[in-house]
Amino acid sequence: MRDTRTAQPASQHIARTQAGRLQNAGASTGLVDSGARMSVRGVSKSYTTDRGVVKQVLASVSFDVAPEEFVAIVGPSGAGKTTLLRALAGLMPPTSGEVYFDGSPVTAPPERLALVFQDYSRSLMPWMTVEKNVTLPLRRKKLAKEVQKRLSSEALAAVGLGDIGTHYPWQLSGGMQQRVAIARAIAYQPDALLMDEPFASVDAQTRSDLEDLILALKKQYRMTIVVVTHDIDEAVYMSDRVIVLSGSPTSVRQVVDVALGTHRDQLVTKSLPEFVELRNTVLTAVRRPVGDPTA
Amino acid sequence: MSTQSVRIGLLKEGGAVDDLQTVDAEPGHDGDALADGLLIQPDREPDARRRGARARRMLLPLVGLIIPVVAITAWWIVSAQKSSFYFPPLSTIWDRFVHTWLLGGATAEIWPTLLSLVLGYAAATLVGITFGVLFALLPAVNRFFAPVIEFVRAVPGLALIPLFVIALGVGIETKIGLVIFGAVWPILLNTTDGIRSQDLTIRDTAFSYRLRFRDRLFRVILPSASPQIMAGMKVSLSIAVIVVIATEMVVSTSGIGNFLLKAQAGFDLTGMWSGLVLMGIIGYLLNVIFELVERRVLRWHRAMYEGINR
Ligand SMILES: Nc1ncnc2c1ncn2[C@@H]1O[C@H](COP(=O)(O)OP(=O)(O)O)[C@@H](O)[C@H]1O
Ligand SMILES: [Mg+2]
Repeated sequence: MRDTRTAQPASQHIARTQAGRLQNAGASTGLVDSGARMSVRGVSKSYTTDRGVVKQVLASVSFDVAPEEFVAIVGPSGAGKTTLLRALAGLMPPTSGEVYFDGSPVTAPPERLALVFQDYSRSLMPWMTVEKNVTLPLRRKKLAKEVQKRLSSEALAAVGLGDIGTHYPWQLSGGMQQRVAIARAIAYQPDALLMDEPFASVDAQTRSDLEDLILALKKQYRMTIVVVTHDIDEAVYMSDRVIVLSGSPTSVRQVVDVALGTHRDQLVTKSLPEFVELRNTVLTAVRRPVGDPTA
Repeated sequence: MSTQSVRIGLLKEGGAVDDLQTVDAEPGHDGDALADGLLIQPDREPDARRRGARARRMLLPLVGLIIPVVAITAWWIVSAQKSSFYFPPLSTIWDRFVHTWLLGGATAEIWPTLLSLVLGYAAATLVGITFGVLFALLPAVNRFFAPVIEFVRAVPGLALIPLFVIALGVGIETKIGLVIFGAVWPILLNTTDGIRSQDLTIRDTAFSYRLRFRDRLFRVILPSASPQIMAGMKVSLSIAVIVVIATEMVVSTSGIGNFLLKAQAGFDLTGMWSGLVLMGIIGYLLNVIFELVERRVLRWHRAMYEGINR
C-alpha cells in the first residue's frame, strides 16, 4: 500500500471518479429509504489546522451498506479512512453530505452500532479488568449484574478467550487485547460493526485467526460489518464488496463485488482463480493513478 | 517534609530499576511461548530467581535507612558532648518529646492541627477535582474564569491570613479556609490538564458506546486523569502542612504551630526541638499514607509503564 501513496498525482478528476462511482455503486440511489443499513451520501470533510489552513480530506464519498453485508474499505494511508469511519459512527459530523443509519440521519453515535478501533491498546481502559471493560457499555442498558457477567463471558468465549475476565488489558498480548475489544463490541449486541484496521498491528498468524473469527462472528450474530484495511488480500477474503478509496481529496474510486460465497477458508478461498482475479482487480484500482482512463 | 519526600522518591526509583531488571529477563524466555500472546506470568519464573528478587525487594528499603540512622547517631553523640543552649542534647529532646507529645503534656495540641489539616486537605481535593472537571469539560467556563484564576492563584496563601481572620475569626475555620486556598490550585490545574490530555481513542470509545455521563466521568475521565490528579494532590499535601503550621503560628491559640512559637518565645529550646521532631514524624507518616493510597489507586499505571505484572 505504501507505494500507492506516492503514486497519487495532485490532479483531481472528481467528475470522472464520481461517474465511475455511480456506475459501480449500481443500485444505490439518492433514496434514503433504500433498505440500506448504512448510507453515506456525498460526504465531504475538511479539517482546519491550527494555522487556519483548510485541508480537504474527503470529497463527496457515497456508498450504501446493505443489512448483513460485509464491506471492506481499502485506500492508501492518509486517504481519510478513519475520518470516514468516524463520520459513519457519528463521532464527527461531515463538512457536507449525510450519513444514515437504518434510514435515520446520524447526528450522534447510533445505538445499534459498535466501533472497533485501530489502536486497541488505547481503546481498552487500563484501569479496568477485562470483564469491566466488556461490561462498561452495558451499564446504560440497566441489565442485572448476572446478565452483564454472562454476556461478558459469552462474548469472551466467542472470541476464543477463556477465563481472563479478572486480568487487566496490559497483562495481555496485542492479539488478545484486540480480541477483548471485539468481545466488548459483541457483548454490546450491535446490528452493525465498524472496524478500523483491526488487525494492522498483530502478527500474521493471529491476523488470519482473527479474520476467520470475524467471519464466524458475523454469521453467528448476523451483523453488518464495515472493515477498513490496508491489506487487499484480507479485504477480498473477508468481504462481499470492496470499496476502493483514492485521490486527493479522497472519493470512491471503484466498487468491486466479491462473489466468493458465504463460506471462506484461508487455504481454499485464497487459491481460487476468482480470488486471484478479484485481488488483482482491487490492486489495480488501488495502484492506478488518478486520471488514468483505463477503467 | 520536602527533603523526606525526595529521599523516598529516589529510593523508590532505585527499587523500580531493580524490579525492571528482574522482570526484563522474563520476555526472553517467554517470548516464544507468546505465540498467541500469553501473559508474562510471574509464576513461570524459576523459583530461585524469584526468591532472590523477593529478598532484594525486601532489603532495598533498608538501604534508605542508612543515612537517617547514621545522622541520628551522630547527632546523638555530638550533642551529648557539647552543651549548647540552641542545640540541646538529642537525648534531652527525645525525653521531652516523649513527655510532651506522647505522655500527654501537650498531646491535645496535636488534634487541632491534624483536624484542620485533614479537613482542609479533603475539602481542597474535592473542590479542586470538581472545578478541574468543570473547567476541562466546559471550555466556555474555563475561558471565563481562567484569567481570574491566574490572578487569584498568584496571591500567596499566607498573605491572605489577615483577610481570613477578619472574615472567619481565629478559629479552625480560618485554618481550614487557608489550607483550602493554598492547596486547591495544584489539584485543580492538574485535574484540568489531565482530562484535557485524555487520549482521543479513549474519548471516542466512551462516546461511541454512548456511556452515561456518570459512567463516563467516574469510570473513564477521572481514572484516565488520575495519575496527574494524584501528582497534584501530592504537591498540595506539602502545601497544606506548611499553611496549617504557619497559620497556627500567626493567629491560633492552639495547635502545634502555636506551641512552636510559644516555646521559642519562652526560650524553651528543648520544647521547640521536640515540636520540630513531631512535625517531621507527622510529615513522614502523611507521606507514607499518601504513597500507600497512590500505589493502590495507580496500580494499573505503574504496572503499565514499569512492566510489573502483579
Ligand atoms: N483531527 C484532525 N485535524 C486535522 N487533520 C486531520 C485530523 N484527523 C485526520 N487529519 C488528516 O486527515 C487525513 C486523513 O486522516 P485519516 O482519516 O486518519 O486517514 P487514514 O485513516 O486513511 O490513514 C490525514 O492527512 C490527516 O493528517
Ligand atoms: Mg486510519
